[in-house]
Amino acid sequence: MIHSLFLVNGAGDIFLEKHWKSVVGRSVCDYFFEAQSKAGEDPENVPPVISTPHHYLINVYRHKIFFLAVIQTEVPPLFVIEFLHRVAETFQDYFGECSEATIKDNVVIVYELLEEMLDNGFPLATESNILKELIKPPTILRSMVNTITGSSNVGDTLPTGQLSTIPWRRAGVKYTNNEAYFDAIEEIDAIIDKSGSTVCAEIQGVIDACVKLTGMPDLTLSFMNPRLLDDVSFHPCVRFKRWESEKVLSFIPPDGNFRLMSYHVSAQNLVAIPIYVKQNISFFESGSSGRLDITLGPKQTMGKQVEGLTVTMNMPRVLLSVNLTATQGTHKFDPVTKILVWDVGKLNPQKLPNLKGSLSVQSGAPKPEENPTLNIQFKIQQLAISGLKVSRLDMYGEKYKPFKGVKYLTKAGRFQVRT
Amino acid sequence: MSNSLSYNDQGGPDTGVEIGLDTQTSPAAGAFGLFSTDFKKNDDLKEMLESNKESVKLDAMKRIVELIAKGKNVPELFPSVVKNVASKNIELKKLVYVYLVRYAEEQQDLALLSISTFQRALKDSNQLIRASALRVLSSIRVPIIVPIMMLAIQEAATDLSPYVRKTAAHAIQKLYSMDPEKKEQLIDVIEKLLKDKSTLVAGSVVMAFEEVCPDRIDLIHKNFRKLCGLLVDVEEWGQVVIMNMLTRYARTQFTSPWKEGALFDGNNAQAFYDSDEERKESAGEAVYIMDPDHRLLLRSTKPLLQSRNTAVVMSVAQLYWHLAPKHEVSLVTKSLVRLLRSHREVQYIVLQNIATMSIQRKGLFEPYMKSFYVRSTDSTHIKTLKLEILTNMANEANISTILREFQTYVKSQDKVFAAATVQAIGRCATNITEVADTCLNGLVLLLSNRDEAVVAESVVVIKKLLQTQPTQHTDIIKHMAKLFDNITVPMARASILWLIGEYCETVPKIAPDVLRKMAKSFTSEEDIVKLQIVNLAAKLYLTNAKQTKLLTQYILNLGKYDQNYDIRDRTRFIRQLIVPNEKSGPLAKYARRILLAPKPAPVLESAFKDRDRFQLGTLSHTLNSKATGYLELSDWPEVAPDQSVRNVEVIEQITESMMPSVEKGRAAKADKFYSDSEEEEEDGGSKDSGSDDSKSSGSSEASSSESESEEEESSSSQSGSGSASSEEESEQSSDSDSRKKKKKTLERKKKPKKESSGSDSDEEKDHGKGDASSEDSSSSSSEEYSSDSESDSGVAPEKPSKPKPKPKAKSKAKVVQETKKEITLLDLDIFAPTPTMPTSNSSIISPSLLSDLDGLSLSSTPSAIQICPVDFIPVSHELLHRMSGKGLGAKYHYPRQPCIHGDGMVAVELSITNSSERTLEDVHFGEKSGQNIHGFDSIESLEVGASVTASMGIDFKDSTQAASFQLCTKDDQFSVSITPAVGELLLPVTMTEQDFVKEQGKLLGMNESSATINTTPESTSTDSIVRKVVTVANLGMVPSDKDTLLRFAAKLVSSGVLVLVSVELKEETAQLRINTEKTVIGSMLLRELKAALA
Repeated sequence: MIHSLFLVNGAGDIFLEKHWKSVVGRSVCDYFFEAQSKAGEDPENVPPVISTPHHYLINVYRHKIFFLAVIQTEVPPLFVIEFLHRVAETFQDYFGECSEATIKDNVVIVYELLEEMLDNGFPLATESNILKELIKPPTILRSMVNTITGSSNVGDTLPTGQLSTIPWRRAGVKYTNNEAYFDAIEEIDAIIDKSGSTVCAEIQGVIDACVKLTGMPDLTLSFMNPRLLDDVSFHPCVRFKRWESEKVLSFIPPDGNFRLMSYHVSAQNLVAIPIYVKQNISFFESGSSGRLDITLGPKQTMGKQVEGLTVTMNMPRVLLSVNLTATQGTHKFDPVTKILVWDVGKLNPQKLPNLKGSLSVQSGAPKPEENPTLNIQFKIQQLAISGLKVSRLDMYGEKYKPFKGVKYLTKAGRFQVRT
Repeated sequence: MSNSLSYNDQGGPDTGVEIGLDTQTSPAAGAFGLFSTDFKKNDDLKEMLESNKESVKLDAMKRIVELIAKGKNVPELFPSVVKNVASKNIELKKLVYVYLVRYAEEQQDLALLSISTFQRALKDSNQLIRASALRVLSSIRVPIIVPIMMLAIQEAATDLSPYVRKTAAHAIQKLYSMDPEKKEQLIDVIEKLLKDKSTLVAGSVVMAFEEVCPDRIDLIHKNFRKLCGLLVDVEEWGQVVIMNMLTRYARTQFTSPWKEGALFDGNNAQAFYDSDEERKESAGEAVYIMDPDHRLLLRSTKPLLQSRNTAVVMSVAQLYWHLAPKHEVSLVTKSLVRLLRSHREVQYIVLQNIATMSIQRKGLFEPYMKSFYVRSTDSTHIKTLKLEILTNMANEANISTILREFQTYVKSQDKVFAAATVQAIGRCATNITEVADTCLNGLVLLLSNRDEAVVAESVVVIKKLLQTQPTQHTDIIKHMAKLFDNITVPMARASILWLIGEYCETVPKIAPDVLRKMAKSFTSEEDIVKLQIVNLAAKLYLTNAKQTKLLTQYILNLGKYDQNYDIRDRTRFIRQLIVPNEKSGPLAKYARRILLAPKPAPVLESAFKDRDRFQLGTLSHTLNSKATGYLELSDWPEVAPDQSVRNVEVIEQITESMMPSVEKGRAAKADKFYSDSEEEEEDGGSKDSGSDDSKSSGSSEASSSESESEEEESSSSQSGSGSASSEEESEQSSDSDSRKKKKKTLERKKKPKKESSGSDSDEEKDHGKGDASSEDSSSSSSEEYSSDSESDSGVAPEKPSKPKPKPKAKSKAKVVQETKKEITLLDLDIFAPTPTMPTSNSSIISPSLLSDLDGLSLSSTPSAIQICPVDFIPVSHELLHRMSGKGLGAKYHYPRQPCIHGDGMVAVELSITNSSERTLEDVHFGEKSGQNIHGFDSIESLEVGASVTASMGIDFKDSTQAASFQLCTKDDQFSVSITPAVGELLLPVTMTEQDFVKEQGKLLGMNESSATINTTPESTSTDSIVRKVVTVANLGMVPSDKDTLLRFAAKLVSSGVLVLVSVELKEETAQLRINTEKTVIGSMLLRELKAALA
C-alpha cells in the first residue's frame, strides 16, 4: 500500500523520507513540485492525488508541511489521506506541535513511530495509547533519566491494547486526581448574503474529552435533547448499539485527550445567527477609489457575550491601500496578500463596532467585479448554540468519585458574509 | 577532538576505565567536526558502533537513522551496524532493524549474518519480539532466505499470539512480492489465516488475500459470515480493506437487487426460515428475494457509517452504492455529506465520488444541496467539484435557487472558477429546457463582462447552446458580432466566427463584413482563429459568392503560405472543394452539403460521466484511469451461485431456528476455545451466521463432525497441550477421535451423572438428540426430565452395534426437523416455546468443564467470570390473547441467552400467530415507553394461521418493572407489556469454586440474604434441586466438591452485578444463601427460590 513517505516543507525541501518497501528515489517528488508550481502560490490548490508514470503521489498539507505518500498500486485514496492526517496528529500529540523544527529535532522518534505505524505499507498501530506504550513521548525529564540510567524510550512488551477489544485504552492507568472533562464545541457554518439573509447555515459540533481516570471506568454520557443530533460519528470506544437504542453515549474512554464524537445539527432546524453585519463596500467607477463601511452588531446571542470577533477580507488584487478608522479594535491591511484583518475583540451591544474609510485602487485599473467576502470569527463561551445540553455523566466499573465537568463553546466555523 | 579518539585507540585494554569514560563524552563532540567535513566518511560512527558502551552505540545508531531520514546514503556502515543486531538494548535493536531493512537489499551477503539472530528471536517467549523479528526478516528482501521466510511465516501463522499472526499476514505480501513462485504455498497460509477468528488478524489477512490471490474467491465463502460478524470490531484500516473485498465478492455471488419489481424482504423473518427449496422456487420467479447473506453484509456494514475514519465511511458508501437496492443507497448520503467538514484532501475525494453518484442519481443529494454551496475560501478544485455536483442535481424545481447561487459565483475573483460556472450554466440550460432562455440571456449579459476568461467561456457556451436551439437567435449572433472586436481570447473569437459562419444565412448583412475585418487581421490571429476564418470564408463563398468571392480568394491565398501546416492543409482542401476549376473532382458538387450540413448539437456533459466504470472510492476512480492493481467489479450474475457454500460448519443447523439457545450456547462455548478475549463479539458473529443459515441437512452432517473436532480439541487442551490449532489435528485423527469418544461415552455411563467429569458437549448433544426424539413423540415441555433416561437408553444401546453413533442420531434429528416443519406451518406456538434442550444434568457438568477450559484458554486477561448459558426449558407466557388482539395472538418466552441487540438487554422471543380470518399485514413493533427496548423487525405479512417468532431485547434495568410497548398491525395497535420474573434478569456465568468463594467473601453482611427451607427427603436429591433452581432463575452451576453444597452464579444483565446463590443441604433442611450487591434483587430472588424449593 503506502510505499514511501516524504515530508516536504514550504520551500520545497524534502527534510525526511521513510521507505517501507524498496527505496523510491527522491526524484519522484519532482512530479509533485511540478504540480505545486502549476497550482500557484496557494498550497491548498495542489491536487491531493497526482499520477506519475510509475507511482501515484497522494499528499496532504498540514502545519505548512506536505506529507507526500508514494504508492504503486490501487488503494482507496481516502485510506492514504486519512492515514497521513493520522501521522500528523500523532506527531502533534507527541511533540506538542507538528512543525518542521520539531520533526527535525526528534527524527529518531519520528522514525521509530513511522516504523510502528506501518508494516509493509499497511497500518499496524495508529492508536495513540498503543504507540505511547511502545515509544514513550519525549520529555526533558525522561531524556535526562535515560542518559543517566541508559534506559530507552522503547517499550519491550506488546502493549496490552493491541490485543484487547479496546485497543484505545492502556492497562494499569493510575491517577491521584480522577477527572473527566468534556468540551462541547459547536461551530456555525453559514453563508449570509448581501441583504443579510441567511443563504445556508448549519451547526457542526464536537465533544472533546479529557479523561484521566484510574482503572477501567465505564462511562455513560446522556443528553437532555439527543434528538437534536442529526448525524454523528463516534470514537471507536462508543457503543453504537446503545446510542441507537437509547441515545446515550456509553464507552470505556481512552486515556487522555480524545474526540468523543462529532455531530451535525440538521439544516432543517433554524440556526440562530449570533451577529449581524451591516456593510457597504463600493468602488467608484471613476477616480480610482472606493468606500468601506462595516458595522457589526449582536443578533441572537442568547444573552451571552460575543468575544474574539475578527473580520477577515480578501481584498481585490487592484486595491493599493486603505485609509480606515475603527471605533473599536485594530485593523491591518497587508498590501502583498491583500488581506484586511479587523480584530474587534468583544462585541459591545451598547456601542457597536464600526470600520469606516476609503480605499484606493490602482489607477487605471477597472473597477473590481466583485466585492470581497467577509470571513468572520467569533466565540461565545458557555453556550452551545444548538441548545444541546449534557444531562449527566455516570461512571460504572470503578469505585471512586471522579471530578466531572462540561464546558460549552460556540464558535464561528466557516462563517461568510457575501457583499 | 579527534585526538581523543585516536588516543583511545592507542590506549588499548590497559586503560580500560578511563577510555570508557572518554568514549562516552567525546564522540558527540568529535563527530561533528568530522562529520561536517564528511572527511573520512563516518569513520567516527563506525568507531562508536564498535564501542563496548551501549549508550555510545545507541547514540551512533540515532545519528545514522537521522542520516537515513535525511536521505543520505550510509551503506558503508553495514558491517558495523549488523554486529549489533543481537543487542540487548531494545531501542538499539530497533534502530539496527531500521538500518537493516533499508540496506539489506544492497548488501545481501552481509545481511545473511543477521539471519540466525532473527531465527532465534522467532522462538522468543515475548510476542512483541517474535513479531518484530518476523517483520524484519520478511522486510530485508534477500532472495536467498525465501525458504527461511516461508517456514517462519508458516510457523507464525499458527502462533498463539494474534499479533504475531497479524505480522505473518503482512509477511505473506512481502514474500509474494519477492518471489511470486511461492504463491501456492502462500495461499495455503492465507486460507489458514482466513479462518482466524481474531479481529486483529482479519484485516491484514484480507489485505494479503487481495494482494496475492484476489481471484480465489472460493476461499472467502466459508469465512463470509464470520467476516461480516467481525467487521464492526476489526481495526479501522482493516475494515476498509475487508469492505472493498466483500464488495467485489458480493458482486459475484448475489443477484442484482436492482431489478424491476424487486421485493425487499429486508428483515422479514420469513426469509430466514425459508427452506432451500422454497427459495429456489422464488428465484425462478420474477420476484426478487434478497439473499440473507447479502442482507447480512449490508446490515453489518451500516453501523460503520458512524466511524470517525473517513476512509471507512467512504468504503461503506461505495459498498452500498454497488450492492444495496436503489432505495437504500440514500442511507449513506448523510454521512458522506458529513465528511465534507473534514480536511481539504478528504473533501476533494469525497466530492469526486459524490459527483459521480449525483450524475446517476440526481435526487440522491438534493436534500443536502446547501452543503455544496461554494465558499470563497474553498480551494479551486473543491469549488469546481461543488459546482459540478450542483449542476448535476439541478432540476426544474431547484434550478432557480441554483442559478441564483451561480450568479454569485460568476462574479468570483477566482477566474478559473468563474469560467467553470459559465460552463455549468450552459449545462443547466441544455438539461432543463425551461430555463434555457433565461440562461442564454444571462450569458449574453456576461459577454460584456470585463474579464476575458469569463467572456470567452460565455461565448463558447453560447455557441453550444445556440447549436442546440433552432436558429431564431439572430439577435444574439448580431450582439456577438458587435462584441467581436473587444474579445481577444482565441477560443472565443474562433467560436464567434464559427457561429457566424454556421448561421451566415440568418445574418446575411453582418457576415461578409466580419469576414472583411478578419481578412485584414488574418496574419496576426492565432491558429485556431485562422482555421475558423478559412471556414467562414468557405461557407460564405458557398452562400453569398457575389459579395465574398474576392475576399475568400484573398484569405485562401494567405492561408496557403501560412507557417502552420494545418492551416495550409485546410486551405488547400477548401480551395479544391469550393473553387471550381478543371481539376476539381466529384467532391466539389457536394461542397455545400459537406460544409453546410446541419450539425448535431453537442451534448454538454459532465466530466464525471464515464467515471462510473470504476468502483467508487478507488484510486482509479479519482484518476479516471485504471491504476495498477485495480480489480474490476464484476457484473451481477444472472443466477446466483450456490449459496450453501457459505454455510459454516460450526453450528448444528438442523434445529437452529426452533431451538436457538442450545445451539447458540454451544457456539459461544466453542468460541471460548479459541478465545482471544473477544468472546463476546465472536458470539455475536457466529450467532448472526447461525440465524441466517438455512437449515440444509447437508450442513448438519458437517456440523456434527465439527463438534466432534471441537470435542477433540477440548480433550486435547485438557490434556495440557493447549494448542489452538488442534482443529486440523482433530480432522486428521477423526478415527481415533471416534474411538476415543466411544470410550468416553462408555466411561460416562459408569459414572454418576453429576460428576464433573470431562464428558462434554458430546453428551450434551446426545441428550439434545434424545430430547428431540422424545419430543417427537410426546411434544410436551414438562417431560424432558423423564426423557433424560429415555434418551440415554435410546442412544446407548446403539453404540455397540455401530462404530459411530452419530449417523443414527442425526438421521433421527432430521426426521424430527421435517415433522416439525410441517407442524410449524399449522400452529407454531405449541412448539416454539419448547425447544429441545439438553437436560439439566448436562448443565451440571458443562460449566465445570468450561471453567476448566478457561484456565487453558489463550485469553490474555484470564477472566474467571464468563457468561455460560445454562439449559432450561423456557415457559411461554401470554403477551396478547388472540381474542383481545382481533386475531393477532402473541406469546413470549425468555430464550435465556445473551441478547444480540445489545448488552444489558434481556432477550425475549415472541411468537406471533395470526388466528384471524385474513392475512395480517405489516406486523411491527410500536412506540415504547420508558424502557429501552429493541423491537423486532417488522413482518410484512402474516398468513392466516401462520406464526412467526421474532426476537427482541428489553433492558429492564435490573428491575421487575413491566416493559410496555405496542404491537401494531397495519390497522390496529395493541398495548402489551412484559413483566419479567426476577430470575430472567440474570445471565449465568461460569466461575471456579475458588472464585465463587472469593466473590462470595466480598459480598457479606448487607449484601447477603439467606433463608432456611424445610425439605422433604425425596426433594433433596441434588438433581431436583438444581432443576428447580434453574427453572426459577437463569443461573449457572458452579462446580463444587461437596455433594451437599450447590453453587450457582449469574450476573445481572443490565448492570453486570454478580448474583451468587448457594444451597447447602442438611438433614431435613436446606440453607439458601444469596449474595449480591443489589439487595432488592437478592431478596426477591430469595423469595422465589424459597417458594420453588419448599
